[in-house]
Amino acid sequence: MTQVTMTVNGKAVSGEAEGRTLLSQFLRDGLGLTGTHVGCDTSQCGACSVHVNGKLVKSCTMFAIEADGAEVSTVEGEADEDGTLSTIQQAFQEHHGLQCGFCTPGMVMATKSLLAENPKPTEAEIRAYLSGNICRCTGYHNIVKAIMAASGQDVSAIAAE
Amino acid sequence: MPADGGIGASTKRREDVRFLTGNGNYTDDINANGQAYVYFLRSEMAHAKINGIDTSDAEKMDGVIRIFTGEDFVEVGGVPCGWEVTDRFGNAMQEPRHPILAHGKARHVGDPICAIVAETLEQARDAAEAIELDLEELPAVIDMKSALAKDSPKVHDELESNLCYDWGFVEENRDAVDEAIKNAHHVTTLELRNNRLIANPMEPRVAIGMFDRTTDEHTLYTTSQNPHVIRLLMGAFVLGIPEHKLRVISPDVGGGFGTKIFHYAEEAFCTFAAKAVNRPVKWTCSRSEAFVSDAHGRDHVTKIELAMDKDGNFLALRTDTHANMGAYLSTFAPSVPTWLHGTLMAGNYKTPLIYVNVKAVFTNTVPVDAYRGAGRPEASFQLERVIDKAAHEMGIDPIELRRQNFITEFPYATPVAVEYDTGDYNATMDKMIEIADLAGFEKRAAESADNGKLRGIGVNCYIEACGIAPSNLVGQLGARAGLYESATVRVNATGSISVMTGSHSHGQGHETAFPQVIADMLGIDASQVDIVHGDTSKVPMGMGTYGSRSLAVGGSAMVRATEKIINKAKKIAAHLLEASEGDIELKDGQFTVAGTDKSVAWGDVTLAAYVPHNYPLEDLEPGLEETAFYDPANFTYPSGAYACEVEVDPETGKVTIERFSAADDFGNIVNPMIVDGQVHGGIGQGIGQALLEQAVYDDDGQLISGSYMDYAMPRADDVPFYTVDHSCQTPCTHNPLGVKGCGEAGAIGSPPAVVNAVVDALRRAGQDITHIDMPLTPSRVWQAMQS
Repeated sequence: MTQVTMTVNGKAVSGEAEGRTLLSQFLRDGLGLTGTHVGCDTSQCGACSVHVNGKLVKSCTMFAIEADGAEVSTVEGEADEDGTLSTIQQAFQEHHGLQCGFCTPGMVMATKSLLAENPKPTEAEIRAYLSGNICRCTGYHNIVKAIMAASGQDVSAIAAE
Repeated sequence: MPADGGIGASTKRREDVRFLTGNGNYTDDINANGQAYVYFLRSEMAHAKINGIDTSDAEKMDGVIRIFTGEDFVEVGGVPCGWEVTDRFGNAMQEPRHPILAHGKARHVGDPICAIVAETLEQARDAAEAIELDLEELPAVIDMKSALAKDSPKVHDELESNLCYDWGFVEENRDAVDEAIKNAHHVTTLELRNNRLIANPMEPRVAIGMFDRTTDEHTLYTTSQNPHVIRLLMGAFVLGIPEHKLRVISPDVGGGFGTKIFHYAEEAFCTFAAKAVNRPVKWTCSRSEAFVSDAHGRDHVTKIELAMDKDGNFLALRTDTHANMGAYLSTFAPSVPTWLHGTLMAGNYKTPLIYVNVKAVFTNTVPVDAYRGAGRPEASFQLERVIDKAAHEMGIDPIELRRQNFITEFPYATPVAVEYDTGDYNATMDKMIEIADLAGFEKRAAESADNGKLRGIGVNCYIEACGIAPSNLVGQLGARAGLYESATVRVNATGSISVMTGSHSHGQGHETAFPQVIADMLGIDASQVDIVHGDTSKVPMGMGTYGSRSLAVGGSAMVRATEKIINKAKKIAAHLLEASEGDIELKDGQFTVAGTDKSVAWGDVTLAAYVPHNYPLEDLEPGLEETAFYDPANFTYPSGAYACEVEVDPETGKVTIERFSAADDFGNIVNPMIVDGQVHGGIGQGIGQALLEQAVYDDDGQLISGSYMDYAMPRADDVPFYTVDHSCQTPCTHNPLGVKGCGEAGAIGSPPAVVNAVVDALRRAGQDITHIDMPLTPSRVWQAMQS
């Protein structure tokens, strides 16, 4: 066991990890941050997406000890302290961009990263960016729509609702 | 339509807040004090004799608490099947035992052989590697038709053959159908495969078993669509635990799509082991494990023949299907290719004679059971494909051929035992033509051609039977359960309401939509109403969520219970207002005496019910809580018309979906936003089936597509924005809300639209192609174009 220290959502945390402990496991089991979900074991589904030093990372592709000293952000840190949802979270609720909620934390973190890189993405750019995040419920329609809305684009012409 | 509340409003979902902030409470987020972990050592062979299991080294390893094998479960019931199908000769289906852990033989890759309970999951996994399995590989039975050959090896040695049943429906029609087909002007024949799929809810299955020695009570947390059904099946048939000593909880569940209906061996194991080792026992399924242990879906091989007169009027329909059951009978497996499939073969059409033959077959593969639509997608796909082919052969426009055969008068009794109450198939067809802009197709096709692409359009209709199901009817058909739903409406003293429903929400938004109904009935704000579900100790009884039944059946139970509440509340109000009960009206949360300005508020009445100082105690009990069970009189019959436009790249065979339009009739709608979302999701899965997904077994029974590396899940860039519409509404006549259900429609209606579109694109390019089997991968389409 190794002592691992990192900053998660702005707070210094530490805990013990085996060499094989994944960052996703460390967050969930070690720190009790169960908002980060694990939907596969081949790094395909993206439900466990977090930010490490500002970069979008699937937390199942990284060992906890590799994140020693890093700044980690998870979905739990996205809303304001008083519970006010972030612009992205509000857009997902407003446009029904989630159903069962399991892929949602990964989608929120991926969207945050996308909009940081590309503040006004086109539909095609959004769809391409999300190719590492699988959702089984929504058929992606309302996720793409929510992301366009979160980036300040007019989505009133997009069909349905 | 109300702006933000009540029936018909697109109320934003209240459950979203916890899901968006990482505060959902999924089963894997739950950890019990002192819990141990279980890892299942599963068969890597499709068919093997278990000659020996040596756990002696593994047992000595760090952290190992106990290792279980099939021997530990010899005295325990097997995983039960919930539906008995009678074959066409009047005999019961062949029903093999399904042990909790494999005993004697392993029958599919993924069949659990040992269960290692240890202090940590890593220790359990390490110990699994130290177990020595002496397995003797046997020939695997994979192909269904070969499985029925006389000399085929048997999946279950104790059964006569690999045939589960040979079902004929309607058996009395068999000769008449044969005769009609023989004498018809034209018969269109199509052979096709409905590809084997894996439901893949994003949350893998999880189970946590607990046991309290002081009270003898078991608790199971599980990722289920129907915790009461699990309690019944596991308690009564597997472990012999009475209901009052067994609590099953399904908290937030991350998608189901059918595969979380079933009772699985891992649930029974964790419940059993928690008592045996006197520790909570937790199992979290990995995705790789899910591929070989979650029940799969579809996997039908079908020949369908449609007989017509010279004008294209449908005269008779005959189908011959082989349906894969896998190695064991999963909970509802036998019902899927029979009663959920054969009864839908009339579709939207007045075909007078229908005969459906289904041979259900055991193979050395993962069990196959209901997946979104369950039998109805298989029915709709073959029917709508054969009609498309027939239109081509007869030289009739596919839309016109459908229209001329539409059922137009309701109620309509089909020749396959069901009676459609309402529908308007021309209306949804008209609406589809409008929203899909069929008039603009040729222009778009020309633009595609300019870009070197082949454009095609596919249309189809669908009908489904939802709101499952009348208990007395399904009982006659072999169901071993009733399919009603229950609801308890508990009005608190200050007027807020808790509704305990047996329906289960795992993405459908019940926590938002159900309060809309109750608030609408009472005229109070929906924020006053909370939904409680997913816990057998809180909800009296429940049959759960599947078959698009939650609102149609569960919602009806809520309405009935709320009506009882209103009746009692009116009595209390009449007493408070010193008026006759018959004069009391409830509107906007106020009880008034008709024709006067006398009124009393909802909250004053509810308070009086619990503080009964001024109360008719001699006539009425205090309190305000009512329970209703609702058993539907019939299925509901959502229907619709879909259109898909594709582009095919002639160089590569790659298909892209350019437009997808769905016009559905779901009857009345409670929350249009949620309904749209349900249709979107269904279409996404249907496109996945049509273009991408397939569970592939090799001849040795290895699952080749056993991870997301190989099983192609639809991703955001595989699908377009969809155009959906549900303004055509013919309300259901036999439930109080007039609702039909919307959960499965998209997955039923979309695969034939996609395939019809691709075939159309190739035909327009001069190719003589009548069918390509799903999934329509680039290589399949390209190969079809070369042949």
